Amino acid sequence: MKIMKKSQAGTSQSSDLMVVVEPANELRVEVESTVKRQYGHLIKAVVEKTLADSGVTAGIIRVNDRGALDYAIKARVETALQRAQ
Amino acid sequence: MTDFKLRRSMLYVPGNMPSMLQNIPLFKCDSIIIDLEDGVNYAEKDAARILVTNFLQNYRKRSQEVLVRINPLYTKWGYDDLKMILPAGPDGIRFPMAETPELVRELDEALTKYEKQAGLEVGHFSILPSIETIKSVLNAYEIAKSSKRLTGLAFGAEDFTASMGIQRTRTGEELFHARMVVVWAAKAAGIQAIDTVFSDANDMEALLHETEMARKLGYTGKSMVNPRQIDVIHQAFAPKQEEIDHALKVVEAIKQARLMGTGVISLGGKMVDAPVVKRAVTTLQIAYAQGLINEQINEEVIYGKE
Repeated sequence: MKIMKKSQAGTSQSSDLMVVVEPANELRVEVESTVKRQYGHLIKAVVEKTLADSGVTAGIIRVNDRGALDYAIKARVETALQRAQ
Repeated sequence: MTDFKLRRSMLYVPGNMPSMLQNIPLFKCDSIIIDLEDGVNYAEKDAARILVTNFLQNYRKRSQEVLVRINPLYTKWGYDDLKMILPAGPDGIRFPMAETPELVRELDEALTKYEKQAGLEVGHFSILPSIETIKSVLNAYEIAKSSKRLTGLAFGAEDFTASMGIQRTRTGEELFHARMVVVWAAKAAGIQAIDTVFSDANDMEALLHETEMARKLGYTGKSMVNPRQIDVIHQAFAPKQEEIDHALKVVEAIKQARLMGTGVISLGGKMVDAPVVKRAVTTLQIAYAQGLINEQINEEVIYGKE
């Protein structure tokens, strides 16, 4: 799957996250989170796995997390990617 | 009746809110209805569908029944909802705007098609149609008989009053006839009747009153929008201790009658025969299902052995 255009998914409610994706030549994942110090690396790992499962190898992915669980992180990334088609 | 599944409390949870979805395992209600329809903005239908699918994939082991309220099949979202949601394994579909038996049969066929593809038993997914417009009230009995998958009929007063062009009141007189039609249709078809939501989560007294009334009419459950309403609804659907005591006496009396070779006996000056025993057995089965008595009552007690 290729990111064709800039798009976003999610909300800024608690337990949710906002994901913005945009086309780029390389893959870059940036994570901001209310729980970044404890869980930042885990959030990034879920994002990266979701990208890999979708076959995304390039693009800028910005995540602004408000304490979401893994299933929600995966869902919002998938939605942003689908909207970027 | 022996497989009587409790559906006293059916809680709606909006499909696009992770904060609510992740609390589902904590809610002590009998059923959950995850909503992709009215609780989700048009612009977020795709996001909700993906979120709910991911949630369900991680919630396979569960103590409640989980239904998903999809969008009607005549909207552009309905079939996409089914396509994503069914593989994630809900127990059934809450089917909104079920105005005709044909609409329910269309869903039934779509479910059968998926079940065959996925190697599931046909009939695996249940359907709970919402009777929520004047047209669906008028078609209620035909809808109730339209598919073997139906576990009940669910009355929806918000859309019903909208379809009538009237206001919904705290006391609900305007709903009386429709409420009766829905419960009659469900009973005639041998399925459960689920009453409408009570929207004011701060008015517990009116909620209790409305739920007790619904129970007296024959409703076995109620939809709801706020988890704070669960306890009051369970309280309203629980048989009262005096009803249980009386039902136990009735069953004891008819057993005595059988020993004497008769099917009718007097209990406290009132006649006890098969219909009275049948009501007592229903009360005791509900009490058993709710853990209020320890012994399960066999329906054989109604007419005795051949």
